[in-house]
Amino acid sequence: MEFEAPAVQLGAIGPEIALVTTALLLLIVDAFIPEGEERWYLAVLATIGFGVAIILAANQWGERELQLARMVAVDNFATFVKTSVAVFAVLTVWLSRDYLKRSEDEESEFYALLLFAAAGMMLMASAADLIMVFLALEIFSISLYVLVGFRRRSLASQESAMKYFLLGAFSSAFFLMGIALVYGATGTTNFYPGGGGEGIAGYLVSSAASDVDLLVLGVGLLIVGLGFKIAAVPFHMWTPDAYQGAPSPITGFMAAGTKFAAVATMLRLFVVVLYPLRADWRPILIAVAIATMLLGSVLAVIQEDVKRLLAYSSIAHAGFVLTGLIAANDRGLSGSLFYLATYGLTVLGAFAVVTVLAGRKERNVTLASYRGLFYERPLLAGALTLFMLSLAGVPLTSGFVGKFLVFGAAIQAGYWWLAVIGMLASVIATFFYLRVLVVMYMQEDDRGLQPAITGRLANSVVGLTAAATLVLGIVWGPLIDLAERATVFFA
Amino acid sequence: MPLSYVLVLAALLFSIGVYGVLARQHAVLVLLSIELMLNAVNINLIAFSAWLQDTGVPGQVFALFIIAVAAAEVGVGLALVILIYRNRRNVDVEGLSLMKW
Amino acid sequence: MTLDSYVPILFLIVLSTLFAVASIWVSSRIGPRAPTPAKLTPYESGIVPEGGIEKQRFPVKFYLVAMLFIIFDIETVFLYPWAVAYDNLKLFGLIEMGVFIAILLAAYVYVWRRGGLEWVD
Repeated sequence: MEFEAPAVQLGAIGPEIALVTTALLLLIVDAFIPEGEERWYLAVLATIGFGVAIILAANQWGERELQLARMVAVDNFATFVKTSVAVFAVLTVWLSRDYLKRSEDEESEFYALLLFAAAGMMLMASAADLIMVFLALEIFSISLYVLVGFRRRSLASQESAMKYFLLGAFSSAFFLMGIALVYGATGTTNFYPGGGGEGIAGYLVSSAASDVDLLVLGVGLLIVGLGFKIAAVPFHMWTPDAYQGAPSPITGFMAAGTKFAAVATMLRLFVVVLYPLRADWRPILIAVAIATMLLGSVLAVIQEDVKRLLAYSSIAHAGFVLTGLIAANDRGLSGSLFYLATYGLTVLGAFAVVTVLAGRKERNVTLASYRGLFYERPLLAGALTLFMLSLAGVPLTSGFVGKFLVFGAAIQAGYWWLAVIGMLASVIATFFYLRVLVVMYMQEDDRGLQPAITGRLANSVVGLTAAATLVLGIVWGPLIDLAERATVFFA
Repeated sequence: MPLSYVLVLAALLFSIGVYGVLARQHAVLVLLSIELMLNAVNINLIAFSAWLQDTGVPGQVFALFIIAVAAAEVGVGLALVILIYRNRRNVDVEGLSLMKW
Repeated sequence: MTLDSYVPILFLIVLSTLFAVASIWVSSRIGPRAPTPAKLTPYESGIVPEGGIEKQRFPVKFYLVAMLFIIFDIETVFLYPWAVAYDNLKLFGLIEMGVFIAILLAAYVYVWRRGGLEWVD
């Protein structure tokens, strides 16, 4: 067997290398520093790592290449996702710093795992080969399994980590079986044609439409694996438990980052590579999207725990963003990107408010404990109001623009009825977002709920995400423009 | 040996794994069943790889990656099992019911 | 691929559902039911373990060392393809493997410093 050694183009995964190097550095440096010291430097080092990653990722804007043996796509699409994920992660680091401050859980592992998870999500966005997709998926999944169980004294945290882990590994097995079948059907795991192979995309163009049964079966199993990661019904069982038991900053990061990375892969895989096969995957995804939107919205209504409420809301949002994917047109692509970038910032903000109120002991997470919050902490209540309105999709918030874009794309593609179902689900969802507001404003409470965390970093995260939610809801042009330019694929 | 024999074997192994995940109560046995599913995938990949001959290298490499990642997953899984056992004295999946709905 | 090709799948789903429901129903009607603690043990061999081995617990450090061993041991699978392709990869392969080993070494240093290898508490 003869082959050439691939050219070393490590610049293609520069951001990921920066993150992984920082993580290793954190682990080793911390292992040599005696215990009992104030560990402020951990968050600083992590922030620097993410800063370098953002700069390296932004530098790739405008490039269009397949590198590292055609396994990694360097394009605007990947750059957009990578930059967003890094921003989510930096905000999570700052929030975690105040959350963990002076606790036994403030260890280098927490930040290192966060860096590894973010590196996996970034790699996922630029993966142009099913092997790469799997590796990236596992890098961030395994990191998140540990992070979910990081509250070592809490039974709930351990239980949610166990559930997340077992179901996650279960779904990974289905995902892998899907990859194996796709590989058997097409003879390749690479996405794009070129470099001596035709890739999955090339196979679909060249082959007769009749012998794709095995491929369709494989694609169906891929939907199971990816559907699990974005928390789509019926693969959503883990979501409420994992979200409730995890440390609140991590919950926010999971909602924002995991969803973005997994949907990015789905966009690249389904809308670009498997586009000729759309008659087969569309019906499956439509059924999944409808079930996800409706079930997520309906079950959120009966929740009494704010973290579980936001978990079901995140399930519903997975359904909304799937409508953009199902449209499979340019507007759907850029709309989904815009949707996920803004949703990520909003949901991070919402969980930041939950974190500030709940603290490391994760108290005051029931809806009832938010009673009269407005009279105690008007600013926090105001920020939470903004996040809830944005999640509900009220105009003048970023959530409205995102919903407008993905539903518009569905209508353009002829799926107006899907958009109607989406709007119906939004109306149901509005009910429970308003319930949170009613509790905060209309009901008085004399207990005087005080924030458990008063750090400047945590408050600045709330402030920044609130500002982003408002500004992107009014001046949406530049970000939409970026999202549109990001959908120029290598294809 | 026809390819279909191996694929049927892999499908059977995979199904036994799925059954094990759904039916077993002990967390370690669930983990074992998941490993069974991953090994079914490995058999599939190797079979396809041999069948495709010249273009079959990715399949073999992929199987190695799956073995490595599965080891990492088992590491995390056993660590979680130990952590939970220390606090609860048992690791039945049915017992993980602090949170519902 | 048209909808017609899904008909066999539909048929199979109906058939397998019928079979599953029927066999569960039949076994619940005619099967004897005598649960004993022995049948509920993890290994389900039906034999109650004796001698108290299952009551003696291994110290957790055995598990820790076992887990570390699995993880570091399995990493050697990546040395095989490198060894097979060594002649083609030449210096590139050597440097790549050096980087790989360096990362493993970082993990090893971490484990060592955090006390993962201490046998005596």
